[in-house]
Parts: sequence; C-alpha cells; structure tokens
Amino acid sequence: MTGLEKAMALGGHFTYFITIFLMIAGLFIVIARGNLIKKLVGLGIFQTSVYLLYIAPAKLVGGTAPILSDAFTVYSNPLPHVLILTAIVVGVATLALGLALVVRIREAYDSIEEDEILDLDAAAQPGVQEP
Amino acid sequence: MSLASHLPALQVVIPLIAAPLTVLLRRRNLAFAVVLAASWVALAIAVLLWLQVAEGGTISYAIGSWPPPWGIEYRVDRLSAFVLVLVSGIAAIVLPYSRASIEAEVPPQQHYLFYTMFALCLTGLLGITITGDAFNIFVFLEVSSLSTYVLIALGRDRRALLASYQYLIMGTIGATFIVIGIGLLYLMTGTLNLADMGRRIAMVQGTRPVLAALAFLTVGISLKLALFPLHQWLPNAYTYAPSAVTAFLAATATKVAVYVLLRFYYSVFGGSQVFEQLPMQEMLLLLALAGMFAASTVAIFQTDLKRLFAYSSVAQIGYIMLGLSFDSQSGLTATIVHLFNHGVTKGAIFMLLGGVALKMGGTSLARVQGLGQRMPWTSLGIVVCGLSLIGVPGTVGFVSKWYLLLAAFEKGQWWLVFLIVASSLLAVAYVWRFVEAAYLREPRADTAGVGEAPWSMRLPTAVLVVATLYFGLNTAFTVGSASNAAALLMGGLG
Repeated sequence: MTGLEKAMALGGHFTYFITIFLMIAGLFIVIARGNLIKKLVGLGIFQTSVYLLYIAPAKLVGGTAPILSDAFTVYSNPLPHVLILTAIVVGVATLALGLALVVRIREAYDSIEEDEILDLDAAAQPGVQEP
Repeated sequence: MSLASHLPALQVVIPLIAAPLTVLLRRRNLAFAVVLAASWVALAIAVLLWLQVAEGGTISYAIGSWPPPWGIEYRVDRLSAFVLVLVSGIAAIVLPYSRASIEAEVPPQQHYLFYTMFALCLTGLLGITITGDAFNIFVFLEVSSLSTYVLIALGRDRRALLASYQYLIMGTIGATFIVIGIGLLYLMTGTLNLADMGRRIAMVQGTRPVLAALAFLTVGISLKLALFPLHQWLPNAYTYAPSAVTAFLAATATKVAVYVLLRFYYSVFGGSQVFEQLPMQEMLLLLALAGMFAASTVAIFQTDLKRLFAYSSVAQIGYIMLGLSFDSQSGLTATIVHLFNHGVTKGAIFMLLGGVALKMGGTSLARVQGLGQRMPWTSLGIVVCGLSLIGVPGTVGFVSKWYLLLAAFEKGQWWLVFLIVASSLLAVAYVWRFVEAAYLREPRADTAGVGEAPWSMRLPTAVLVVATLYFGLNTAFTVGSASNAAALLMGGLG
C-alpha cells in the first residue's frame, strides 16, 4: 500500500475516529470531574458516541430511505436508525433522572461537588471508614 | 391461538400494564393490590412456562407474528424458564412484605410510586430474561435499571440519593458498554436475534470487532452483576435503599445480569470459543477468587449489617463466576444452582434485616445487640441464612458449594478446593460478628419492649427462610433445572 492509499483508508474510517474520540472524551469527563452535573454531561457525550457507532455504518452516501420504487436503487439501512431512536429516548430518560437526583442531592447536602458531599458524610459519621 | 400460547408475551405485558395503572389509581392500597395481583399472575405464568418447557422443549414466540429473525422473538428455554421462576417468585414474596416495610421508610404520598417502580423493575428483569433479541435486552435492562435508581433514591437516608446517583453513573456506563458490544456484533453479523447471531458468528469468529464486542459485553455486564473490581456501586446502594428494595434487588438484579452473561457467552459466542480466543478462563478465575477473598474480608470489618451482607453478596457473586470460569457442564450447573440458591438466601437475609431496621431502629451491630432476646425468630432466621452463606449441610449454600467442589475436582484443580473452603471460613467470621452481637451481648436499654416484626412481614420472610432449608434437602427442582440448563448451554445454540 502506498502512503496515499493508507491515507485514503484512514479517511474512509474517519467516522470511527470521531466516534472513538467522543467515546473516550465522554468517559474521561465522567471519571475525572467531581461536579455531578459535569459528570452527567460526560455521560451524555459517551452515550451520543454510541449513536454514531450505529448510524455511521448504516448510512450510504446518496442512499435514500428504503422506498419500493424503480427510481431508487441505493438505500440506507433503516434498522440502526430506528434502534438509535430508542437509545436516544433511553439517554434522555437517564439524563432527566440523573438531573432530578442532582436537584435532590443539592437540597439535601447544599452542594453538587462529589468530594464535598463525601466529606459531609464522613463528618456526619465519624469513625466509619469507607473501603 | 389460545391464551396459553400467548403466555410468553403476557409474562412481560402484565407487570408492564400494572405500572401505569398504579399511577392512574394513585391510592396506595389500590396500587398495592394491582401490583400484588400482577406479580402473582407473573409467578403463575412463569411456573406454567417452566412446566411447558420441561415437557415440550424451547418455546419461541414471535411478537406481533413477525417471524424471527426479522421480528423480536421471545424465547423460553430451560435456563430462562428457571430464571423467570426465580425473579417472579421473589417479587411475589417481597411485595406483600413491602407494604408494612415501606410504611416506616418511605413517605406515604410516595407509596404508590414505589409500587409503580417495583412493577417496572419486575417488567424489565422478566423482559431481559425472556427476550431472544439483543437490542431488546438493552431496552429492558434500562427499564429495570432506571426504575432501580428511583427505588434506591426512595431510601430515608440522604446518602441514598448519592448511592442512587453513583449507581446511575456506573449502571449507565455498563449499559452503554453493552450497547457498544451489541452494535459491533450487529455490524459483523447483520442480525439482532441471539440464536441467529450464534449461527452467523461462526463466519466472523476471531475477527477484531467480534473480540472487541466480547470485551465490551464482558465489562458492561460485569458492571451490572458487580463482579469484584466493578462492585463499587453495590454496597452503598444495598445499604441505603429501603429494605424491601434491597431484598428484591439482592435476590434478582445481579442474578439476571449473570443470566445475560451466560446467554452471550454460550448462545452467541459459543462457550468454548470465548475461552479459547482470549484468556477468559484465567481472568474470570482470578477475579472470582479476588472477589471471594477481598469482599469477604471487607465484610468482616463492617459495622452495619446491611453493608456487611452487601459485601457478602459481592463475595457470593465470586462463587457464581468461579463456576463459569471452569467452562464445563458441572461448573455451569454450580453457577446456575448458586444463582438460585444465593438469590433465595440473600433475599431472606435482607427481608429479615428489614424487620430488624423497623423494630430496632437500625441495623448497625451496636444497635442489634441482644437481638436474640428481643426478636428471637428473626435472629434465628438470620443465623440459618448465615449458615447457608457459609455452606453448612442442610442449607442451600451447601448444595452450591458441593457442585462447585465437584467441578473443581473434575478439572483436577485440588488447590481450588482448599481456596473454596478457606473463603467459607471468612464467611464464618462475618456471620460470627452477627451471632456475637445478637446472642452474647446484653440488649441495649433503649430497645426494651421491642418485639417481632408484624405478621405481614414475617410470613413472606418465613417462606424464603424455609425455602433456604427445603432446597438444601430436596434438590430435585434446583439442581435438576440447573443441570438441564447447563447441558443446553454446553450443547451450543440455546
């Protein structure tokens, strides 16, 4: 393979690079951030990357919806699109529930920083060691 | 078509319909009655399905009459029928118990929502078990997970909120890993039907996306089933959730995740393939052993009984995974038997602790001092279930350990036999912590006059405690079903 061909092959996979970049970025935010809202933002990005993982391979350039007609010969696979509709609904529900929990946590602790909350819990219960 | 042929669909639809009904009714007594009826009907259907499968073999049900692999297929085989009986049975026992239990732990205006979430959680767990469609597993997994987060957040303690939030983060990462795995498998095989996937995967076996899918599925499902290093969400969630919720989750949620793992490993990848291509056997063995020892050791040093037994659950999941790591029929039998036996035992323990929390005002070891005098029957029940966790003959725990030891002998790994027995000794230590507090200490003055929990809580609990003993002596149902299911899994296509 020449250098140009390699570059073309990599270019053909650019959707995967974007997908994996978003995936890692989202997961990193979830792990590295202590702010409960920012964690949910990271979780959202992580879930969104999966939508790309499903949809990008299913979409053909110039493809239409699967319409039974002589005018169209190339069409995209509709199934992954439909699956991801479901996944989007699940993602929205998760985000809504997560945010609702953060509201309740803020009411109970007056903070949305994870380390502050853990300190408050440790202060309320001296002597209990978390392994 | 007669009603009997629609049983697989009704298994999921009946609890699903009960959930919105409770929101419309809003009255907690009506909501309780509706969900109770739904869970008992679900149990009856599960038993009928189990009988049908035992006689006529695997049932395939095409949702909306769209034939598989194009439509969604519900598939009941010996393994899923067994897990269906466990899940719906535990739900049918925990629900009557929950009525008195949540009285003290959940604000009255939220009671009907408790039943809504319970029904949804049951729907999700039954759906995961019965469906034969990979993406459907994800959807039902999220139905059960989202309702579980709400159920945990209903706990009285404010730490329940944080426990629920942490579980939401971990659970969603796990579920997303599972979708990534399913997506990669779909890319490679072009199908979502598990049985069809299992047939087509032979052509792409060993390719990098399939191996990546295996890795994503293993990690994602392990998060859900709380395999040792991924168990961080479990102790807090179990400790701060309302007692009835803890009992239900401990007995069913992680067990259903184990079922999903078995399903993917054996029905899709083909068990031996999984274990040949990657060093899965060594990895699972190591994690299982680490869980058995580390979690049991941590359990010994806990000061709260709910947290102590939560860590014990992580250790017991180690035994379940140990059976899987043998990749043999006897190992799988041990896994599936322990899945049921541990569900029954842990369900009983957390139900008993719910009674303790209600009457004694908490479950810390300092508070339950002298429990043997204050609540003799409850105390005795916890000891019986504790013996089952240790694996004393006459209890279900012994049956599981016995089959696990047989599988280890069969593989010629005698050193594992010692390790299994040694980890049981750790269980002796943490159960002794309870015995010491309950029988050898004088009761606290502020628990004077405390008696047994109300009958509505004691009766369902007693059923499970008796089951712990009964299935320890009569193993026809549990071991029979488990070895049939193991034979089915080892035979290839489920």
